[in-house]
Amino acid sequence: MTYIAKPKLHHPSLPKNDVGYTRRDYDGAISTLCAGCGHDSISAAIVQACFELSIEPHRVAKLSGIGCSSKAPTYFLGNSHGFNTVHGRMPSVLTGANLANRDLIYMGVSGDGDSASIGLGQFAHLMRRGVNMTYIVMNNGVYGLTKGQFSATADKGSVAKKGAVNRDAGIDLASMAIIMGATFVARSFSGDKTQLVPLIKAAISHPGAAILDVVSPCVAFNNHAGSTKSYDFVRDHNEAVNRLDFITGSAPLTADYAPGETVDVPQAGSTLRLRKITPDYDPADKAGALAFIEQKNHAGEVATGLLYLDPLPKDLHANMNTTKRPLNTLDEADLCPGSSVLDRINASLR
Amino acid sequence: MQATDITDPNYFHKVVDCQWACPAHTPVPEYIRLIAHGRFSDAYMINWKSNVFPGILGRTCDRPCEPACRRGRVEDEELSGSRKEPVAICRLKRVAADYKDDVNHRMPRAPEVSNGRKIACLGAGPASLTVARDLAVLGYEITLFDQDPQLGGMMRTQIPHFRLPVEVIDEEMAYITDIGNINFVHKRIDSLKDVLAEGWDAVFVGTGAPRGRDLDIPGRKEATPNFHIGIEWLSSVSFGHVTSVGKRVIVLGGGNTAMDCCRTARRLGGESVKVIVRSGFEEMKASPWEKEDAMGEDIPILNMLVPKAFVLEAGKLVGMTFEKVEAKYDDNGRRRLVPTGEPDEFHECDDVLCAIGQENAFPWIERDIGLDWDDRWDMPKVDRVTFQSSHPKVFFGGDAAFGPENIIWAASHGHDAAISIHKMLEGEDIYDRPAPLQDVVSQKMGIHEWSYDNDIAIDPRFKVPHLEKAKALSDINAEVELGFDVALAWKEAQRCLNCDVQTVFSTNLCIECDACVDICPMDCISFVQNGEEDDLRGRLMAPALNKEQDIYVSDILPTERVMVKDEDVCLHCGLCAERCPTGAWDMRKYFIEMTHAGNACRGL
Ligand SMILES: Cc1cc2nc3c(=O)[nH]c(=O)nc-3n(C[C@H](O)[C@H](O)[C@H](O)COP(=O)(O)OP(=O)(O)OC[C@H]3O[C@@H](n4cnc5c(N)ncnc54)[C@H](O)[C@@H]3O)c2cc1C
Ligand SMILES: Cc1ncc(C[n+]2csc(CCOP(=O)(O)OP(=O)(O)O)c2C)c(N)n1
Ligand code: SF4
Ligand code: SF4
Ligand code: SF4
Ligand SMILES: [Mg+2]
Repeated sequence: MTYIAKPKLHHPSLPKNDVGYTRRDYDGAISTLCAGCGHDSISAAIVQACFELSIEPHRVAKLSGIGCSSKAPTYFLGNSHGFNTVHGRMPSVLTGANLANRDLIYMGVSGDGDSASIGLGQFAHLMRRGVNMTYIVMNNGVYGLTKGQFSATADKGSVAKKGAVNRDAGIDLASMAIIMGATFVARSFSGDKTQLVPLIKAAISHPGAAILDVVSPCVAFNNHAGSTKSYDFVRDHNEAVNRLDFITGSAPLTADYAPGETVDVPQAGSTLRLRKITPDYDPADKAGALAFIEQKNHAGEVATGLLYLDPLPKDLHANMNTTKRPLNTLDEADLCPGSSVLDRINASLR
Repeated sequence: MQATDITDPNYFHKVVDCQWACPAHTPVPEYIRLIAHGRFSDAYMINWKSNVFPGILGRTCDRPCEPACRRGRVEDEELSGSRKEPVAICRLKRVAADYKDDVNHRMPRAPEVSNGRKIACLGAGPASLTVARDLAVLGYEITLFDQDPQLGGMMRTQIPHFRLPVEVIDEEMAYITDIGNINFVHKRIDSLKDVLAEGWDAVFVGTGAPRGRDLDIPGRKEATPNFHIGIEWLSSVSFGHVTSVGKRVIVLGGGNTAMDCCRTARRLGGESVKVIVRSGFEEMKASPWEKEDAMGEDIPILNMLVPKAFVLEAGKLVGMTFEKVEAKYDDNGRRRLVPTGEPDEFHECDDVLCAIGQENAFPWIERDIGLDWDDRWDMPKVDRVTFQSSHPKVFFGGDAAFGPENIIWAASHGHDAAISIHKMLEGEDIYDRPAPLQDVVSQKMGIHEWSYDNDIAIDPRFKVPHLEKAKALSDINAEVELGFDVALAWKEAQRCLNCDVQTVFSTNLCIECDACVDICPMDCISFVQNGEEDDLRGRLMAPALNKEQDIYVSDILPTERVMVKDEDVCLHCGLCAERCPTGAWDMRKYFIEMTHAGNACRGL
C-alpha cells in the first residue's frame, strides 16, 4: 500500500501505440497489495501486453473472483470494464458475459484459491466449453488475502511460513486445463516478464479458452525456504520448454535460428514463433505435454513456456452456433423474426 | 560497466542538478524545503553560508541552477498546459531574505583576539567581500580598498535600483562588516608594487572588469557629447550624476548591461528606446527574463543590424546607420554574419548608450614585480583551482580573474581564494584541497512515511508579481519585481522534486521482484544484462539519452543481471522504495558541506 498516487509525469520519450495510447494509459489505480507481491508484476505485464497489442481499453472486460489476485484488476486497465464476482465464480459470470457480448476481449483474473479450491468446478467447465478468453491465475500456493493458508496448488511437502507441512497433493492447473479442453495452455513466472509478456499477448489473441498459470510469489506468506512458490525456488527450478515471440502479422523469415530451432504457428492474423529450449518438445502433442509436465513435477521442477496449443481451436460460440452479433445490438425484428420462421423451427423439431 | 561508486561525493552531488550547477553549490532543495515549512531564517542562513548575498542574489543572480533544474526536463506540457520550466530557485531565495526574522544574532563574529595576519582586498565587490567574510571569522585582519565610497562593487554601482534596492545591499554589507576585523579604505589603488611594499601577508585582487568597450566607427568622435559607455553611464546614474536622457535613445549591445541601460533610459525620460544588436535574438547574451522585462517596458529589440556610422546634423547627433546582416554557416559549420546587400537602415536618436562588452584593465599592476602575465589576453596568469597568481602572495578572483562573469561566480572564487590564503599562511600545500564532507541519511520514518513530501505537484511555474508598469516607469528607484508572497512561495516550493533525497540501492537485499520497475512513473529502473555504457543506455526500460547524467549500476545480482537506474529523469518520488519489499531501495538525504576556509579545508 502506498499513500501517494503515482505521479502523472512520465518519461519524456514514452511512446504511443497504434491507437494513440501510451503504456501509462493502461495503468489502473495504485496497488494496495503488499510491496513486492508477484501479482503486481503480472498486472504490469498485462499493461505492457495490452499496450503492445494496441488494444483500445474500452474493448476489454476484466472479471475476477475473490482474493488478492482477484483484487488486481483494479490496478491495471483503469479504463476497461470490470466485474469483481463472488469467490470462485468468475468463470460462470464471464461465460454469461461472453455469450451476451462476444465483441469484447475477456480477461479472467483469479488466484489459486479462487480457481483450484473453491472454484475448481467452474474452472473445469469454462475450459471444457472453450470460452474465448484469457484466464490468468496468479498462483502463489496460498490464500493470500486470508493470511496464508495453503491453497490447493501448494505442493505436497511444502512448508508454510510458520512451519506447517502440506500433506495434500497439489493440483497442477496447467495439466488440469489441458485435460479439460483448454486450447492454449502456458505457464510462466511473475519475475520473468520477457517470458510472460509475449505469452499474455499470444493468449489474448488466441480465439478460444487460453489459460496462463503464472507462479506469483506471495512476499508476505509464501516466500521463505521450504516454499515451492518463492522467488528463489522458482528461479532455481524453472524449466522453460520454449521461448515465444509474438509477431503481429505474418512472421518475417530470419536467419537468426538454425532450421528446426523455431516453429512458426499462425494464430488469428499473427504468428507465434516458438524458439525451442527443450528439444523435441511439441506443444501440439497433448499426451506428450501432459507427460512432460508430470515428469517435471515429479522431479520438483516447474515447466514453463507455451505448454499446449491446439492450432485449430473452436470456441463456445462456434460450438453452439450462436449469433455473430452481441445481444444488445439485436433489435425486435431480429428477436421476433415472425411466425413463418417459428413455423420452420417447429417443423424441424417434429 | 563497473558498479557505481556512490561514496564518491560527486556522484550524488551531480544528481542534485541545481546544486551541482550553482558555482557556490548552494544546497537548493534544502532551503526550498525550509521555505515550504515557513522556516525563512533557516533558509536564509543556509544561503548566506554558501553564497554570502542571498537577498541580492535572490533578485539578481544569473541563476545557472535554473537551466539545470530537473523540473525543466520532466514536466509534461500536456498535463500542465504550459512549457517545461525549472523551479523558480532564485526567486525563492529572495523569499527567504524577505520573510526572515532578525538574523543578526546568528551571524558569526570575529574572535576577540586576531591572529595578527593582515590581508588586503583590492576592490570591494562580491569577490573581495567573500574573502573578507571567510577570513575575518578566522581571526584575520582584513582591509578592503575601493575607489568608490561604499562597499558592494558593481552590485551597487551598476545594477539599477529598480532591480536591486539599496537597502538590500546595505543590509548584506552590514552582515559582513559586523563580523569585525574588517576595515574599509576609500582609495584608488595606483600601484600593486606599493601595496606589496606595505607588507601584507596576502593580497587579494578583486577589482573586477571595469572598462566598457568603445565603438570605433565614423562619426564617433563628433557624437561624443551624446555617446555614453554603458557601464560608466549606469554608475553615473547610480551616483546621481546623470538624471536625464534624450527622448530617443539607441542602446547598442545584447547583454544584460544593454538591458539595464535601456530600462534605465525609459525611467530617465527616454520615450522611444530601442535596443539594436548585431546578432540574432536567440544568440543574445542577455538572460531570457531580462529580455522579456525590457520588451515588457515597450523597448523593441532589433536584431541583425551592425552599427555603421553616427549621423550628425549641424554638429548634433541625429541618428545612426546600420548594415543589415544575416547568419551564414561556412564549411566548418562556423557561423558568420554577412551583409544581406539590402540598403542600410537609419534609426533616429538623441543619445546612444554603448553596451557592447566589458574588459579587464590593470594599468596599476606593474609588469616587473614577479607576477607573470598572459600577453595574449593581457591578463595576469591565475590558477583555476587556487586563484593564486605566480606571485605567491597575490590572489585574484571575481571578474578580475578570468574576465566578466557574475556575482555568484565572484562569491565562489572568493571562497576558493580564501581557502588558498588560509592554507598558505598555515604553511600547507594549497593544491591539497580536501573533498567536501557528505552526509547520506535515510529519510524513512515508517512504512510509506518519509521525512520529506514525496507527492509530486504538476503545477506549472508561478510568476513573480510585478509592479504596475506606469508606476515602475515613473520612479527609477521603485523595485519592479514584488517577490512571491508566502502563499505563492509555498506553491512554488512544492514544485521542487527534492533531488537531494537520493535513491540508494543495496544489491544484497534485492530479491529481483520487479516491484520497483513496475511502479516507477519515469521508467528509470531496469534489470538487465550488464554491458558497456553506450550499449546499456539503449537497453533500458526507456533509453537513457542524456549523457550528462549518470546511470547508476549495481553489483551483479543472483540472476546475473544488474540493476541500472537512469538518474536523468528520476522524480525522487520514493515509490520504488515504498514498493520494495526488502528495503533494497532507500531514500536518503544527501547533504554536502562545501569546504570553506577553516579547519575543514586543512583536513582537521
Ligand atoms: C550593468 C551590469 C549589470 C549587472 N547585472 C548583474 C546581475 O544582475 N547579476 C549578476 O550576477 N551579475 C551582474 N553583473 C555582473 C556583476 O556585477 C559582476 O560580475 C560582479 O560584480 C563582479 O564582482 P567582483 O567582485 O569581481 O568585482 P566588482 O563588483 O566589479 O567590484 C570591483 C570593485 O573594485 C573597484 N576597483 C577597480 N579598480 C580599482 C582600483 N584600481 N582601486 C580601487 N578600487 C578599484 C571598483 O570600483 C569596484 O567597486 C552586472 C554587471 C553590469 C556591468
Ligand atoms: C465463499 C467464500 N469463502 C471464503 C472466503 C474467504 N476468502 C477470501 S479470499 C480467499 C482465498 C483467496 O485465495 P487466492 O484465490 O489464492 O487469492 P490470493 O489472495 O492468494 O491471491 C478466501 C478463502 C470468501 N471470501 N468467500
Ligand atoms: S527540482 Fe528542486 S532539487 Fe531538483 S534540480 Fe530543481 S530545484 Fe533542484
Ligand atoms: S524515486 Fe524511484 S520510483 Fe520515483 S522516479 Fe525515482 S526511481 Fe522512479
Ligand atoms: S522492489 Fe526491491 S527487491 Fe524488488 S526488484 Fe526492486 S529493489 Fe529488488
Ligand atoms: Mg493464492
